Amino acid sequence: MLMNSQDVRPLPGQPLPGFAVPVHDSQRVFRGILDAMAHPGKIVELTDLPDAPKALNKASVAVCLALVDFETPLWADDAISAQAQAVTHIQFHCGCPITTAPEKARFALLSQGTDLTSLKAFCHGTDERPDLSTTVIVQAEGFGGGEDVRLSGPGIKTETTLSITGVGTGFWQAVRDNAQRFPRGVDLMICTDEAIVCLPRTIEVED
Amino acid sequence: MDGYNFAYLDEQTKRMIRRAILKAVAIPGYQVPFGSREMPLPYGWGTGGIQVTAGVIGQDDVLKVIDQGADDTTNAVSIRRFFARTTGVKTTEKTTEATLIQTRHRIPERPLSEGQILVYQVPIPEPLRWLEPRETETRKMHALQEYGIMHVKLYEDIARFGRIATSYDYPVVVNDRYLMKPSPIPKFDNPKMDNMPALQLFGAGREKRIYAIPPYTKVKSLDFDDHPFEIQQWDENCALCGSENSYLDEVVMDDQGGRMFVCSDTDHCESRQSDGHVGPMGTQQAAE
Repeated sequence: MLMNSQDVRPLPGQPLPGFAVPVHDSQRVFRGILDAMAHPGKIVELTDLPDAPKALNKASVAVCLALVDFETPLWADDAISAQAQAVTHIQFHCGCPITTAPEKARFALLSQGTDLTSLKAFCHGTDERPDLSTTVIVQAEGFGGGEDVRLSGPGIKTETTLSITGVGTGFWQAVRDNAQRFPRGVDLMICTDEAIVCLPRTIEVED
Repeated sequence: MDGYNFAYLDEQTKRMIRRAILKAVAIPGYQVPFGSREMPLPYGWGTGGIQVTAGVIGQDDVLKVIDQGADDTTNAVSIRRFFARTTGVKTTEKTTEATLIQTRHRIPERPLSEGQILVYQVPIPEPLRWLEPRETETRKMHALQEYGIMHVKLYEDIARFGRIATSYDYPVVVNDRYLMKPSPIPKFDNPKMDNMPALQLFGAGREKRIYAIPPYTKVKSLDFDDHPFEIQQWDENCALCGSENSYLDEVVMDDQGGRMFVCSDTDHCESRQSDGHVGPMGTQQAAE
């Protein structure tokens, strides 16, 4: 007789289940990310996501499961790295190398409340290969309910507003600085338990 | 289809393509190198577009495939059947019904809407390639935004012919930064790319490049103040639907010089005819 998954408590450091149907779930999550990347600032809801280990949220885990593999070294900040299960979970499902050098990371995971001071350390690509830059997954509490910031740029018809709760005070300044380096720069994926917002390097944050 | 993964490609390949697509969207007009795979059809038949479509497509998508505007030509039929067999998704010929449109060398006449994705098949992605054969050099030219030679080429057209003679694959600048080849669409279609509500993705299989234009992004066709960009015009209307403003194909009717001009976009032409529009050689369709 199969045990109900509720009855099985994984030991610390053990990975949780990943996507129920990996082929279609990763496609569905990717389309959500693509929608978000094509419409910066748009809150794209991601539903039916697998559980996340401590220090990570559901959308950030789903992004990793959909995009990260052995070709893409992953960097995680100290708070996440301290949680054995978080790292094991991602490594088990994605098979990705974990790097401690942020400039070598293709993907990076940041904890909730970060102010993005670490952004400068990541790979920003070169003028000839701007696509080699790190994609930074920033975990946040939620969207809306905070101070609205006006955004414009490619993918936005005229302008849009966005507020993010659960990020540090220097967040928007770091996003502004990142856009200054175009075509170099990192691309941000802001993740909560239910939704994702992308802020690519083309985003213009109005004062 | 038994024995094959959904959408033919394996999951790791799809992840690699998806990562390339996301970077392409984040850097509008920049060509992202990707690990193009062998496909079950030769290079030049849309392998780049097929790989992009395979990376994007899901069970709920409705796929339309066009070749030079038509849904019923060889390339369009084979690619549509390929995805119908390997994914089981619904296919359509109606531009409005499609969520995903793969195209060879045309943009549908009917304006696309937000949420739709247009995938172009690209033979040569590098706009500077015929002017500078070295990849190392063209990469530097893009890095430095050094596009002078393209203006010289267009100027040489003017010096020789009195006008810019380039009529298809007409170079554009995306978001005021990257020079981009729009694939061999007629320049008639260039204005449709500007601020298009749909997402545009480009795949070049042999050349191993993916690039993109996000929705609502400025796309400017290169020109000069005294020789502004202009699109093709015809003296004729479509012979079947009478359309005055669509891209027309010339069809030779006999060996006596008989010709007709018809819309290259078959869905546009048919939906106009079923709306009661009729051209000089068309037949009135019964009103429903």
